[in-house]
Amino acid sequence: MKDLINILDKNGLVFAFLVVGTIMYLAYYISRNFTGSKIPGAAIAISMGLIIAYFGGEKGLASIPAFSGMALLGGSMLRDFSIVSTAMGANFQEIKKTGWIGLVVLVMGTIVAFVVGGTIGYAMGYKDAKSFATIGAGACTFIVGPVTGSALGASSEVIAISIAIGVVKSVVVTISTPFLAKRLGIDNPQTAMIFGGLVGSTSGVTAGLAATDLKLVPYGALTATFHTAMGCLLCPSVLYFFVQMILPH
Amino acid sequence: MKIYGVSILAVCFLAGHILGDYLGRLFHLPGNLGGVGFSMLLLMLLNDYFKKNHLMTPETENGMLFWGSIYIPVVVAMSAIQNVKAALSGGWVVILAGILGTAACYLLIPVFSRFTKK
Repeated sequence: MKDLINILDKNGLVFAFLVVGTIMYLAYYISRNFTGSKIPGAAIAISMGLIIAYFGGEKGLASIPAFSGMALLGGSMLRDFSIVSTAMGANFQEIKKTGWIGLVVLVMGTIVAFVVGGTIGYAMGYKDAKSFATIGAGACTFIVGPVTGSALGASSEVIAISIAIGVVKSVVVTISTPFLAKRLGIDNPQTAMIFGGLVGSTSGVTAGLAATDLKLVPYGALTATFHTAMGCLLCPSVLYFFVQMILPH
Repeated sequence: MKIYGVSILAVCFLAGHILGDYLGRLFHLPGNLGGVGFSMLLLMLLNDYFKKNHLMTPETENGMLFWGSIYIPVVVAMSAIQNVKAALSGGWVVILAGILGTAACYLLIPVFSRFTKK
């Protein structure tokens, strides 16, 4: 047994291919045979991933020795590399069609998430300006939260909360997108771009769109990645100054 | 050869990241500002140029398409390594801010969708 774990650990990435392949197979099997393909296989596979992660540790499944390769396969390098490659399927003309509104949604999405998140934090006892801004930034994405928190010098508890809020957001977006896509009108490149720009969470948006319609992934991914950039720019600067002006010291 | 396609991907990826990193430093922020987005724009422009000038062979394109098709499995692996337990144990402020923050953004989607050209 020890030898086996050793071999799996040493060849972590290869084992991760096997693990993910197995999850995908089971998920598509469940989708086809138990839901009549009504719930997309990709959505089931991603949900299964999240459930498995719950039983792991700080790094989810990758905290268990034999599964350390999952951290490489699901890490930011390969994730970003494969996201970039989806741009092959995107059409530049479609992006131009979205136009100036694409930029507006980046700013609006950041402000709305910031205000809603920060206000909830304020109502629950995090009343100083730094905590308001950090928690609000966490409601943008789990990258904007800690970037803002460390730029402002917020407490590590608040920074941890901001990361957790971003993670919850990405989970909520991942699971809800395939079910809400039709009602929200996300069925063409333009609305996919608006969705990505408003919601932001790159992992949630791309996973949610992948489970909805694979063709829409590059459009949502493009604006979603710029949303994080916009959040990192606005939250610790302009938005923080506004919060400072409004909140009593 | 397929590796040409993968190399083109790599060039776009790295160039985007360098640009994002530079922007981050310009604004004195840790991390990368929109690197992936710049990489994607660059790849779209290059792809357009190659196709117009008939420089793209199917083999080269296949090298790129493979990575696009591996995208969902990578996302599945990514979701399996999230700190889900911590996210759920963060208490009500985490759950409420996560859900309501997302819902507020969702509500704006139909509002802004009206402004796109059909």
